[in-house]
Amino acid sequence: MIEAANNAKKFTETTVGRNCRFTEKIAKSVFFLMTLTMVLPLLLIIGFLFYKAWPALSIDFVLELPKNGMRAGGIWPAFLGTLYLVLISLVIAAPIGVMAAIYLNEYAKENWFTRIINLAVINLAGVPSIVHALFGLGAFVLAAGLGRSVLAASLTLAVMTLPVIIASTKEALSAVPMSFRQASWNMGVSRWQTIRGIVMPNSISGILTGIILQVSRAAGETAPIMFTGVVFYKAIEKGDLLAYGLLDQCMALAMHLYTISTQVPNVPDAVPFATAVLLLGVVLLVNALSIGLRIYLRTHRKW
Amino acid sequence: MVAETAKLNIDGLKLSYGSKQVIHGITFDIQPNEIFGVIGPAQSGKTSMLKVINRTIDFTADAHVEGTVKMEGQNVFHVKDVYEYRRRIGMVAPLPVGLPLTIYDNVAFAPRSFGMKDKDQLDELVQRCLEQAALWDEVKDRLDTLGTMLSGGQQQRLTIARALSHQPEVLCLDEFSIAIDPVTTMKIEDVLKELRNEMTIILVTNLVQQARRLADRTMFLLNGDLIEVDETEKIFSGNAQETKTNEFVSGAFG
Repeated sequence: MIEAANNAKKFTETTVGRNCRFTEKIAKSVFFLMTLTMVLPLLLIIGFLFYKAWPALSIDFVLELPKNGMRAGGIWPAFLGTLYLVLISLVIAAPIGVMAAIYLNEYAKENWFTRIINLAVINLAGVPSIVHALFGLGAFVLAAGLGRSVLAASLTLAVMTLPVIIASTKEALSAVPMSFRQASWNMGVSRWQTIRGIVMPNSISGILTGIILQVSRAAGETAPIMFTGVVFYKAIEKGDLLAYGLLDQCMALAMHLYTISTQVPNVPDAVPFATAVLLLGVVLLVNALSIGLRIYLRTHRKW
Repeated sequence: MVAETAKLNIDGLKLSYGSKQVIHGITFDIQPNEIFGVIGPAQSGKTSMLKVINRTIDFTADAHVEGTVKMEGQNVFHVKDVYEYRRRIGMVAPLPVGLPLTIYDNVAFAPRSFGMKDKDQLDELVQRCLEQAALWDEVKDRLDTLGTMLSGGQQQRLTIARALSHQPEVLCLDEFSIAIDPVTTMKIEDVLKELRNEMTIILVTNLVQQARRLADRTMFLLNGDLIEVDETEKIFSGNAQETKTNEFVSGAFG
């Protein structure tokens, strides 16, 4: 009898229990709302962009040259220029950044020298892009004699993205538990083999994510490239993928967007929006490459 | 005990991390094919001692080692190929570490990194190591699943299989039973009794009775000092030379 009474008591609702469930519900809905607040503006922006850009969007818009003082035609030179700048800066910055981060995280001993390097990396990551632009102008355009060119602009972007790639790669590497490395070392496996066989496979997602974020940044920045290689207008062959040489000047989407929105009067409304859509497209294209690489690595190597 | 026949001679070993000394000069030797028990409370320098023996202490930046460790008469701090040397020593850590690889690759990882590529040879080695670790029957049908998906006890046996994969002469176990159930512990203890025919075993344990069950000789470490090393029977008889040993094994402290 007493047991039954106790059991009954166990299953009746208490005020504490009710409050508990109530706050649980509130907490969950607040967090869900915050998630919505994050996604909604993004969807709105993309939707708005496409809506406004729709009249101008076409294959020809991508492949044509700008005509009539940027007011008509397409944006092929700028599209191709951004693609060049992003890919070349990535090819330069990603390997250097990843290897430097591997050295700093896996090999370097803790001493004043590595502390200074780490401090420098963090501070460089916070330097405004316009400062990088002036550095690029001085170092690559003038001192190295590259002139205002695709290469000089790409190098400037690479210098700008490098510290952030190093920092994010280090972060990804140090997320791999120390016990994995120790287990590997205990078996007489060398440091490099441990890095290749255990550490890299477990951090490659994080490393690639860090690099992807820098792709978007490199594609979107105007300041570092406007002094170092990007021009207002450059005539190239329509739809020609190899139109730019390394030492040519080029156009770029971010810069183009800036000029047609602020410097050129009477541009049809849809053109800047269509340019913005393509800028998004380039970023997604390069991101898709690294996501593809990630999937390839996951499925084709038995890690 | 003639020193020449010993597997390992440790002579005046001191170890400090920065300014903090954790091992204060210990001297002992380990005979071939014996199970050498090491007991002592936490902070006695047991794990650090193992790190010195397999030279993974090299990876600790502020560690400073004095004294000598000789394996079959050769000073291990003078060996040319440290990786080759580490392969002669198997190491099992307290907490099971399943590398995020398949069960097969967990065991094949080390041999592959030394250049063993032949599939048949690898298959045979993997099977033998898993059998020796008493894990083969439980995993033989799912060698290509992730090692990290195994239960704790199975992972610990996987760790042992991995330690055996580079065919060591000395197997060091560092409190291997800390995270596993009694049944698995007994299984592994049986494995160790088998393995002693093939190799020397250093069994660091915080279960005093485990040392009593398995070890031929037992060493008692306390705060980085060697209190006593003797036949296990003697250590546990209650008539050990040092009163501290008697107190520790009877559970008076530690």
